[in-house]
Amino acid sequence: MDAFILSRLQFALNISFHILFPTITIALGWYLFYFKLRSNISGHPVWMRMYRFWVRVFALTFALGVVSGVTMSFQFGTNWPGFMEKAGNVAGPLLGYEVLTAFFLEATFLGIMLFGIRRVPNWLHTLSTLIVAFGTTVSAFWILSLNSWMHTPQGHEIVDGVIYAKDWSEIIFNPSFPYRFAHMLLASGLTASFLIAGLSAYRIYRGDDKIAPKLALKTATYTAAVLIPLQIYAGDLHGLNTLEHQPQKVAAMEGVWETEQGAPLLLFAIPDEESRTNHFEIGIPRGASLILTHSLDGEIKGLNEFEGEHPPVAPVFYSFRIMVGMGMLMLVCAWVGSFYLYRKGAMPGWLTKVFMGMSFSGWIATLAGWYVTEVGRQPYLVYGVLQTEDAVTGLPAGNVAFSLTLYAAIYAVLLFAYMGTLTLMCRRSVEIEEITSEEREKAKTSKISPLGA
Amino acid sequence: MPFESLSIEVLGDIYIGLLALAVLLYAILDGYDLGVGVLIPPREEKFRDDMIASIGPYWDANETWLVLAVGLLLFAFPDAHSEILQTLYIPATLMLLGLILRGVSFDFRAKVAQVKKRRWDLSFKYGSLLTTLSQGYMLGIWVTGLRTDLWAQGFALLAAFGLTAAYAFIGACWLILKSESALQEKAVYWARRGLIVLSVGIVAVSVANLTLHDDVRQMWLNSNWGFLLMAIPVACFGLLSFCGVILKRMPETDGRGEKLPFIIAMTVFVLCFAAFGLSYYPFVVPGQMTIADAISDANSLRFLLVGAIIVVPCILAYTFMVYRIFAGKSEKLTYY
Repeated sequence: MDAFILSRLQFALNISFHILFPTITIALGWYLFYFKLRSNISGHPVWMRMYRFWVRVFALTFALGVVSGVTMSFQFGTNWPGFMEKAGNVAGPLLGYEVLTAFFLEATFLGIMLFGIRRVPNWLHTLSTLIVAFGTTVSAFWILSLNSWMHTPQGHEIVDGVIYAKDWSEIIFNPSFPYRFAHMLLASGLTASFLIAGLSAYRIYRGDDKIAPKLALKTATYTAAVLIPLQIYAGDLHGLNTLEHQPQKVAAMEGVWETEQGAPLLLFAIPDEESRTNHFEIGIPRGASLILTHSLDGEIKGLNEFEGEHPPVAPVFYSFRIMVGMGMLMLVCAWVGSFYLYRKGAMPGWLTKVFMGMSFSGWIATLAGWYVTEVGRQPYLVYGVLQTEDAVTGLPAGNVAFSLTLYAAIYAVLLFAYMGTLTLMCRRSVEIEEITSEEREKAKTSKISPLGA
Repeated sequence: MPFESLSIEVLGDIYIGLLALAVLLYAILDGYDLGVGVLIPPREEKFRDDMIASIGPYWDANETWLVLAVGLLLFAFPDAHSEILQTLYIPATLMLLGLILRGVSFDFRAKVAQVKKRRWDLSFKYGSLLTTLSQGYMLGIWVTGLRTDLWAQGFALLAAFGLTAAYAFIGACWLILKSESALQEKAVYWARRGLIVLSVGIVAVSVANLTLHDDVRQMWLNSNWGFLLMAIPVACFGLLSFCGVILKRMPETDGRGEKLPFIIAMTVFVLCFAAFGLSYYPFVVPGQMTIADAISDANSLRFLLVGAIIVVPCILAYTFMVYRIFAGKSEKLTYY
């Protein structure tokens, strides 16, 4: 294999590993802020219990996100020097603003969040929690702005093959940015919600009879139940935006080869790029046209119109189905779960197990979604402007093979350790006493029952 | 567009200044926490929790200066970034591996059972060591102008040990400041050992440095600046000797002078860094590529400068605030 393929594999590996952690921390930060606020308002110690458990998950997740993010920032220059040579004038300041406005905020105030509770006044600790949550979101803002610009570039001019920035507000707020940003924030909300719900379900399943896991399960399930329809709506809008700007990506997502009116919504098929057709199609007639053009015989451009300019079809096609399928599963789980929690006050045993199984469902949906959008941009790195193969490194293939092997090994270990540690934390929390006597005194004076309703 | 009047030359100087600031702050801040990691005793358990507690609230933010430095290099001097990091691809990868290991071990160790904790402690120590050695090696190769011959590699190995000694020294000084009783005594011992290795390292690296580039040697030995430049190593030696005297008397019961070793270590870092900077200005890659060769587009530089001028002072302010909040002896490691 040459350095090009290896660099792509390495970048795919790195970004896949990296995205797992911000996807959790962006929304988990806001959850923590919510827990802290409720703790301040009600004075009931259970909210602080939840905060303490989840802030440790946050710290661990954040650390994994940081170290894998640092790795990525090195790769831009080493493995994709052509990207920085040609698009660096746009990418550089956006990445720079991320570090300056978000990264330092998160990393600095995380210290207060984790270690400062006895050293700073309560309001400053609450404010630090808010700042960290805000910081992770600002971070996502800049990264998604750059990423979206790579999909729908505007606000620049090209002189001698090099991109120069002309209008920064056009660059930052490029056409696909609002959709991608909303879609990602909601994805994070769902990932964190299912993680909280899943691990809380696991604690309950292990016999943890305290209030904290029940309350966490309830908070997270209700949140997911509200977020998932919003996500479906945001995803639909994002799809329409993609159809407008990157029609060949949509054609690959839908598996449409010939331009057709009234294209079916394929539930399953095996796309075959050699014969340029699908095998074993199962579809809903006119479904794709209806969803994408809001008309039964709307026209969908086929892949054949973009020969040589469209992404590899199979990965985009399958990833899209995994993402949507996972979303549907989340919808059912969140709604059924909310029904039981609202009506009966608890989930039946079988549903608890389902939620345990769904703990990392957000990761699968997020990864699948990223493959749809990123593989879907190929063969371009900056859509219509810079091809991926023109950006690659002159590094010897052996060097890239070395680093790729190293990263693959360490990431496998870390992923295993991360999931193992979360499980261990849940198991251990079973033995920890719910509240200390000091907290119990405080609880007596609190007015609001934490399990509410 | 603000800063329209700034020419590309001025912008180049501003950005090299920002880059230098980021690298210097990184070397001091992550330097001490990497140093603490390197000093973790692999066989005895007793000091580990307290040592790690001493850097708990800070390491994450400290490491961010590296991200800023690499980001600034990437953005302001993209050609230099790809030249430097492609040449140093393997050591950079090893450094990242080290940073990954220590960054995650720090969090994992606190959350796992006692049996596995030892494993994470060792991965914290050796991750820190791998990081410092790689950084020193990279620094060494960079100084030679990215040469890869045997002599350059030898120099880089020397730099690798030199930088590790420097980090271990500042790490030990940090521990003197943050710890008490038995650990503090141990830290004084480490600082005295580190001091000697560091002094030898500074002499060796300075001498080797003078043989590398003719114009650097010229500047040090013959130019008007030479006098000032020569004063730097002399000042370092004065400071380090003074530090040795203080360390000999430590620890004193009333905790007097506990801050001095760390302040001296910081000053030595600043001085050594200044010597480097003055020797190699205006090169981004010594002898190969100047600021003017590597600088990127002026409009983009101006755009980021707006933010940098507003935000960098804020970062410094809240970093200072956090150091004030956690001032004094570090608390027991509890994560609550």
